[in-house]
Amino acid sequence: MSARTARLLGPHRRNLWFWVFVGPFAVGLGLFTYVPLLWSVYLSFFNAHNTVNPTEFVGLGNYTAMLGDDAFLGSLGTFLLFTAFIVPATFALSLSLALMVNRLRFAQAFFRSVFFLPTACSYVVASLIWKLSLFNGVRFGLANTVLGWFGTDQTAWLSTTSPPWYWLVIVTVRLWLQAGFYMILFLAGLQRISPQLYEAAAMDGARPGWQVFRHITFPQLRATSVAVLLLLVINAFQAFDEFYNLLSDARGYPPYARPPLVYLYYTALGRDQNLGLGSAGAVILALIIAVATVVQARWFGLGRKED
Amino acid sequence: MTVIGRRRLLAAGGGIALAGALTACGSNTGRGGSGSGPALAQWYHQYGEPGTQQAVKRYAAAYKKAHVTVQWRPGDYDRQTAAALLTDSGPDVFEVNGPLLDQIQSGQVADLTDLVAPVKDDFNQAVLAPKIWQDKIWGIPQAVDTQLLYYRKSLLKDAGVQPPQSVDALVDAAKKLTTGKVKGLFLGNDGGVGVLGGTPLFAAGLSLITEDGKAGFDDPAAARVLAKIRQLYVDKSLLLGAPTDWSDPAAFVQGLTAMQWSGLWALPQIAKALGDDFGVLPFPKDGAGGKPTVPVGAYASAVSGRSKQTAAAKEFAKWLWIDRTDFQQDFALSYGFHIPARISLAKKAERLQQGPAADAVRFATEHGYAEPLLWTSADRNAYQDALSRIIKDGANPETELRAVLRKVDAELQRVKKK
Repeated sequence: MSARTARLLGPHRRNLWFWVFVGPFAVGLGLFTYVPLLWSVYLSFFNAHNTVNPTEFVGLGNYTAMLGDDAFLGSLGTFLLFTAFIVPATFALSLSLALMVNRLRFAQAFFRSVFFLPTACSYVVASLIWKLSLFNGVRFGLANTVLGWFGTDQTAWLSTTSPPWYWLVIVTVRLWLQAGFYMILFLAGLQRISPQLYEAAAMDGARPGWQVFRHITFPQLRATSVAVLLLLVINAFQAFDEFYNLLSDARGYPPYARPPLVYLYYTALGRDQNLGLGSAGAVILALIIAVATVVQARWFGLGRKED
Repeated sequence: MTVIGRRRLLAAGGGIALAGALTACGSNTGRGGSGSGPALAQWYHQYGEPGTQQAVKRYAAAYKKAHVTVQWRPGDYDRQTAAALLTDSGPDVFEVNGPLLDQIQSGQVADLTDLVAPVKDDFNQAVLAPKIWQDKIWGIPQAVDTQLLYYRKSLLKDAGVQPPQSVDALVDAAKKLTTGKVKGLFLGNDGGVGVLGGTPLFAAGLSLITEDGKAGFDDPAAARVLAKIRQLYVDKSLLLGAPTDWSDPAAFVQGLTAMQWSGLWALPQIAKALGDDFGVLPFPKDGAGGKPTVPVGAYASAVSGRSKQTAAAKEFAKWLWIDRTDFQQDFALSYGFHIPARISLAKKAERLQQGPAADAVRFATEHGYAEPLLWTSADRNAYQDALSRIIKDGANPETELRAVLRKVDAELQRVKKK
């Protein structure tokens, strides 16, 4: 072995093994993530109907079309509304579940599992159950049956726009699915808080309940809370499954409760195969997500050393 | 040689294996790359009716000049074909809910004019029209589907309601038929937005795109008829949120609704469940210039523009969808319930000669309209969004339609530029 080969291979052939293990992953990442991503940026500058090798350069035409499209802007609004509600709601619900389960003296493992179980259910299956049995619009749907006992008329939950009952369906399915998972994160955080802190607080005269939670528990959960918030926002950005499965039908998707991914899927990447316009929308969305994540990370000091 | 050929075919998937094995037993034994005829791939979307899949494979196996493998594709067929047509590995012959204007313009489908021309007049002209662009024919209609208003005779009689002959009568009838347990009319869970499409406009004597290529609903009658659909929603006469959608007769058969808009394909199931207790109507006319109307459409058989064996693919398409009228008849009527696209065949079909089925054929022939080729997906999306806002949110039909008209004009400009 020449000195040069030896240097390339590194001590104990570490370089070789590094590429043996990382190589396939790096190639996969490049081929299936970065190439399509860059290709999509490329497409966004072309009039690409039904082709991935477009020839008609349109500059920023697709971007101006997308940003001037009321439906796309509306979908961003829908997304903001959804995030503004689902993130705090899930946060509060999973934290309270964690606090309650944490205080249990018996059957803690049982309740932990029970609340966690929905996480194992797929969004598609849950959406279908919500749509077809819990919140269907006819008299034998669960929600309508219960309301029927009080003499209320049947409600078409997913088809009524005033009041917008469809939000109730969309939000509850996601709450049910994801609250358990974040509860586990919070539980892990709660169990890491040193009991001495609570003892010291008690010595100093802090009343159990709100005061202890406000000054001991919640600040100690800071790292967990930041992680949960970030995950929740990212999940909200990715919202597609439950919207699509609850509201779409063979002929399309209603103009309400239509988040950006659903809009792009239908309007730009649908039968039209307007890949240029769709790519422009995707790039705009990616930029928004990037900016939001950076701002959020700065705001919460993600990655900063804990004090 | 034969063994290797079979194995390779088996490895390529069950559907291909069956067709492969069948032809391997026949006279063409030299498979595996050096066969006597070219290999063609034919795609179908998944038909719900049992037996259709076996039938199309049987047709393909009966063709001797090429080795045709059928792919039966469940799921979102339109998107699957759209993606496959971007590559060389897509189908050679495929059925398509179109072809769309963009597909024709970008050369994704081959010109089939010479195949169809000799029998052009024998096709249902309404469904053939959207397959034509610049006097060339781009797809061969396979079988005609249509939609109808089904009504329950007994329920209408009990409520003292006549089968509605105008949109106003439809609104009144639906209201009278609505009780605590039964709704008057089912137009789909979205309140009719998806399924109605341009139907109310045609019923008001208008159109989506006129023959000279302009938006066809720039008229006060359009807003008037759509406001009446809104009235159905306001009256709470519409069934919404049923477990199945308009395409399935379950809601009608189970008595959740007294009238339902559904496809011709639902007729055998309804007849089986309700016997004589139902009738069919076209979508009723609206206003003085109106006429009753039903939408018609046909999946077309098209040849991929990227096929490596265009000539062989065309020959096969002609053999199956022009020459073999026995197969066309079998395809339309032996499994599901469709009207053959060829008028001569539709006239011969016994199942279509009496009762509601005969009415349906008459509506499709006399009152049928098909979505024009120039009505693009972008137009349809804009129109459906507007329709949803008009029906559900009570948005002003005139303002909403004006926005759609702007979109339609822009799209017409775009497609004519090419």
